[in-house]
Amino acid sequence: MAKLYHSRSVPTRTDRERVKREFFRDSVRVRPGCVASRRNLRKGFPTMELSLIVVVVVVTALAFDFTNGFHDTANAMATSIATGALRPKVAVLLAGALNLVGAFLSVEVAKTISSGLVDDARISPVVIFAGLVGAILWNLLTWLLGLPSSSSHALFGGLIGATLVAAGTGAVNFGAVLTKVIIPALISPLLAGLVALIATYLAYRITVRAHDGTTKKGFKVGQIVSASMVALAHGTNDAQKTMGIITLTLITAGALTPNSGPPFWVILSAGLAIALGTYMGGWRIIQTLGKRVSDIQTPQGFAAETSAATVILASSHLGFALSTTQVATGAIFGAGAGRRLASVQWGVAGQMALAWLFTLPAAAIVGAVAAWVSGTGVTGTIIVAVVLIAAAAGIYAASRRRPINADNVNDVPAPVPASAAA
Amino acid sequence: MGIAWGSLFIVCVISLAVGVAIVALVAFALVGLSARAHVPAGGPNDGAPTVSPGAGTAIAGVCLLAAAAIVGYGLWIIIA
Repeated sequence: MAKLYHSRSVPTRTDRERVKREFFRDSVRVRPGCVASRRNLRKGFPTMELSLIVVVVVVTALAFDFTNGFHDTANAMATSIATGALRPKVAVLLAGALNLVGAFLSVEVAKTISSGLVDDARISPVVIFAGLVGAILWNLLTWLLGLPSSSSHALFGGLIGATLVAAGTGAVNFGAVLTKVIIPALISPLLAGLVALIATYLAYRITVRAHDGTTKKGFKVGQIVSASMVALAHGTNDAQKTMGIITLTLITAGALTPNSGPPFWVILSAGLAIALGTYMGGWRIIQTLGKRVSDIQTPQGFAAETSAATVILASSHLGFALSTTQVATGAIFGAGAGRRLASVQWGVAGQMALAWLFTLPAAAIVGAVAAWVSGTGVTGTIIVAVVLIAAAAGIYAASRRRPINADNVNDVPAPVPASAAA
Repeated sequence: MGIAWGSLFIVCVISLAVGVAIVALVAFALVGLSARAHVPAGGPNDGAPTVSPGAGTAIAGVCLLAAAAIVGYGLWIIIA
């Protein structure tokens, strides 16, 4: 069924094709030993032929990246906004800019995604499209509910579900899923929580005799720096995921050789999409993380952000595609517990844990259905695209009934009377 | 495909050490900076061992420099 879309066809020499080829020739990063080298392209080797479906997938991937951005603004900025270290508008602008910078820092995670999770020889761009549909829908739904679920798990889930339906169980590398996704997913929030807990405890212990005004002001400045680091870390980890997907698409379409890294235009467009999404600000999730988890003070915010940034950057560097959302959330709970165990709203934690548990399977189911429908042919793919757009519009309309934005994001009674709120 | 326990272990150790170290350093720096603010007599901190404003600022400077060095080194490893 995927035959229809496979674009390993021999190129025809029309003008349009040539223009397209020349455009990509300039933007492909040339690597030693890569078949799609400049010389080969100049000779007109059929390596760079992009069909309509590939373009559709790239656009959908960037749309996912956008949702990833606003879904995850909270990770970096929720506590800074809640403690007043940064004004909401300034916070999202800073986060957006740093995400863009972060996107250029590392491509380790992109490589994990584009080489290993699913067998790229056995899936087509349509399968990836279906996977993205699953991921986007789940992201939008959890955003509407204000739940900080993992965009990464939504992406992996959608991709795995779609691959299972289209190419069977053999095409999913469950070993890689376990070691690169599931294990980091279990360990990273606990690790971030533990680091934040110890750090928070120490921060309060050390500064117990310090001048109150000085510590408050100092930790506020510290928070601005640490929040920036989280935004940067988010760029190195989450922007990579979309780059990985687009690279995977180009590989399955035969436009790139297997195991190649993302070309420059992919890095740039993915970085821009996530930065723009981040700037939009997922105010619903910011409110949940900043105000409903715990009454966060500046030392806690600083400890939480520092822990999250360290865990994410260390993992990114070693190629673990962990969920920045889960790390940031784990760190916030840890920081809440580090001051006083009772001040954490464990009920909210339960809600989030449920959303985390459901994210991968739910996105997988949507991805599987989308793959099944799109697999029926061009009409099926169009139906899936229309359903996606309609659902997105519906969710947006629903969100307008109780809008949350930069102006009212902090207007929530804190879970514990904010007697000593910094 | 085996689980990369080695890498996972490194991530855990580095995160724990670096995260805690940075927060502690910043906290110590703030304690140092507090020496510049005067302590109200009879307050909860009256009689606590104090350092001179100059020494406090120096401590703060060293701590913040150390924290900045750790962060800078980490970023440098990633970029290089």
